[in-house]
Amino acid sequence: MKPASFEYLRPASLEEALQYLADLGEDAKIIAGGQSLIPVLNMRLSTPKYLIDIGRVEGLSYIREEDGYLAIGALTRHVELEQSPLVAKHCPLLLEAVKWIGHAQIRQRGTVGGSIAHADPSAELPCVLAALRGEIVIAHADGEETLAAEEFFLTYLLTSLQPDQMIKEVRFPVISNAAGYAFTEVARRHGDFALVEVAAVVELNENQEIALARLAAGGANPVPCVLESVEDFLIGKAADNSLLEEAGEMASESVDPDGDLHGSASYRRSLVKTLTKRALQTAIQRAGGISR
Amino acid sequence: MKTMEITVTVNGKKRTETVETRMLLSDFIREQLRLTGTHLGCEHGVCGACTVLVNGKAARSCLMLAVQADGFAIDTVESLAREDGSLHPLQQAFSDNHALQCGFCTPGFMMTLVDFLQENPNPSEGEIREAISGNLCRCTGYANIVKAVEQASQALAKQGG
Ligand SMILES: Cc1cc2nc3c(=O)[nH]c(=O)nc-3n(C[C@H](O)[C@H](O)[C@H](O)COP(=O)(O)OP(=O)(O)OC[C@H]3O[C@@H](n4cnc5c(N)ncnc54)[C@H](O)[C@@H]3O)c2cc1C
Ligand code: FES
Ligand code: FES
Repeated sequence: MKPASFEYLRPASLEEALQYLADLGEDAKIIAGGQSLIPVLNMRLSTPKYLIDIGRVEGLSYIREEDGYLAIGALTRHVELEQSPLVAKHCPLLLEAVKWIGHAQIRQRGTVGGSIAHADPSAELPCVLAALRGEIVIAHADGEETLAAEEFFLTYLLTSLQPDQMIKEVRFPVISNAAGYAFTEVARRHGDFALVEVAAVVELNENQEIALARLAAGGANPVPCVLESVEDFLIGKAADNSLLEEAGEMASESVDPDGDLHGSASYRRSLVKTLTKRALQTAIQRAGGISR
Repeated sequence: MKTMEITVTVNGKKRTETVETRMLLSDFIREQLRLTGTHLGCEHGVCGACTVLVNGKAARSCLMLAVQADGFAIDTVESLAREDGSLHPLQQAFSDNHALQCGFCTPGFMMTLVDFLQENPNPSEGEIREAISGNLCRCTGYANIVKAVEQASQALAKQGG
C-alpha cells in the first residue's frame, strides 16, 4: 500500500499551478486535501508522473457572500464550512450537509474543491450544489469559465474538467430566510458514504402553498440528480402531509440506482422515497408550514 | 528515486530529513523517525489507527504525504506521557477503565481524543461516540472507551485544561 513514485510540485500561486497543468497535462494530478486521492494512490489505482500539491496556493481558501451566492474558494476545508457564520446564516442547508461528511479527521483535511472534483455520486457537497443550482468556477492558463453543476457532473467520478483545468471556486446560491431546508441521509455507519441522501429547500406563499421547491438526491444515480419532476409537481400545492406520499413516490420512480454490496437497487429506490418524504416534511415545517 | 528535504516539528523537536516524495507521513513517522507508537491498520483512511495531530488537529497520517507536512508541527502518541513516565490523563483513564485490550487502536483514539477534548472539554455521551466514529476498535466494544473519555474530561477539567 504505497504510492508509485512521482515528481512532487508545490506551486505557491494559482498562476504557477495553472502553468504546471498546461505544461504537464494528463501526466499530472492535483492533490488538495488528499482524503480521496491518497487512498487511490496507495492502492495504485492511479500512478501520475507528477503530483501538483495545491495545498499552499495563496488565496484559494475563503467564504464570501456575493450577489446571491456564497463564493467558496476551492481550498476551503470542510471544517471551515462547519465553523463559518456566513454558511450558517446564508446557506444552512450546506451546514447541515457538511456534518455528514466522513469523520472529524477527514473534515479537517478534505476540501470543497476536492469533493466537487472527485464527484462521488454519494458525496454531500455535489448533492447540495445540484439542488441549489450552484456553479463551479474553473480556471486554466488562458482564463476562467463558470459552469452550472448539471453541466459539470458527467457520470460516476467523472466531470467535465479537462487535464489543464482546475476548480478555483464553488458557488452555492444563498437560501432566503423565509425558506425551509433539510438534508438527510442514510449510511451504514456514522461517517460512511451515504447509501442515499436527499437535499430539499421549500418556500411557501401566504396561502401556505409551495412557491419554490429545490430537491436533489445523491447515491441514486451516477451523478447527483435534481428531482425536477417532483419540484414541478410541488409548485402551487398546499403544503400538507398527503403531498409527501405522492412526492416520495414520484422521486423514487424518477431515479435509477445501481445495487452494490452495501444496498440493493430496490433498497436504494425505497430510501429515495423515504428520505424525500422526510426532507420535504422538515423543510416545510422549517418554512412555517403545517405538516407534522 | 525522487526525494525532497523537509523540516517538521515532531513532538516539539525540529527535524530536517530527506524523504522520498511518495513517502506517506505515517511511514515517515514510523520508519524514518522510528516513532512506532503510531499504528497502521488499513492505510487507506478507514480505521483511524494512524491518527496524529497536524498543527494541533487530528488527521490521518496515512492520508498525507510526508512532503505535504513540510513546515508543520506533528504530534504523536509519544508526546503524551511526561518525561518522568507518568501518564497523560487520557492514558490513565484508558488504563483505569479497561478501554484497551490489544492496544492496536489506542494511539489513534488518543490523538483523536486529545484534539476533541480541547475543542469540547465537557462532552455528552453522544458527542463522544460521534468523535470516535472514525476510529475502529475490534476488541473493546467501545463502551469502556466512552467511560474513559468521561473520566479524562473530568480529570482534565480539574487540572485546569
Ligand atoms: C474514511 C473516509 C470517509 C469519507 N467520507 C466521506 C463522506 O461521507 N462524504 C464525502 O463527501 N466525502 C467523504 N470522504 C472524502 C472527503 O470528503 C474528501 O475530502 C473529498 O472527497 C476530496 O477532497 P480532498 O481535498 O481531500 O481532495 P483530494 O483527495 O486531494 O483530491 C480528490 C480529487 O479531486 C482532484 N482535485 C482536488 N482539488 C481540485 C481542484 N481544486 N481542482 C481540480 N481538481 C481537484 C484531485 O486531482 C483528485 O482527483 C471520505 C474520505 C475518507 C478517507
Ligand atoms: S491506517 Fe490510516 S486510517 Fe487506517
Ligand atoms: S484494543 Fe484491540 S483494537 Fe482496540
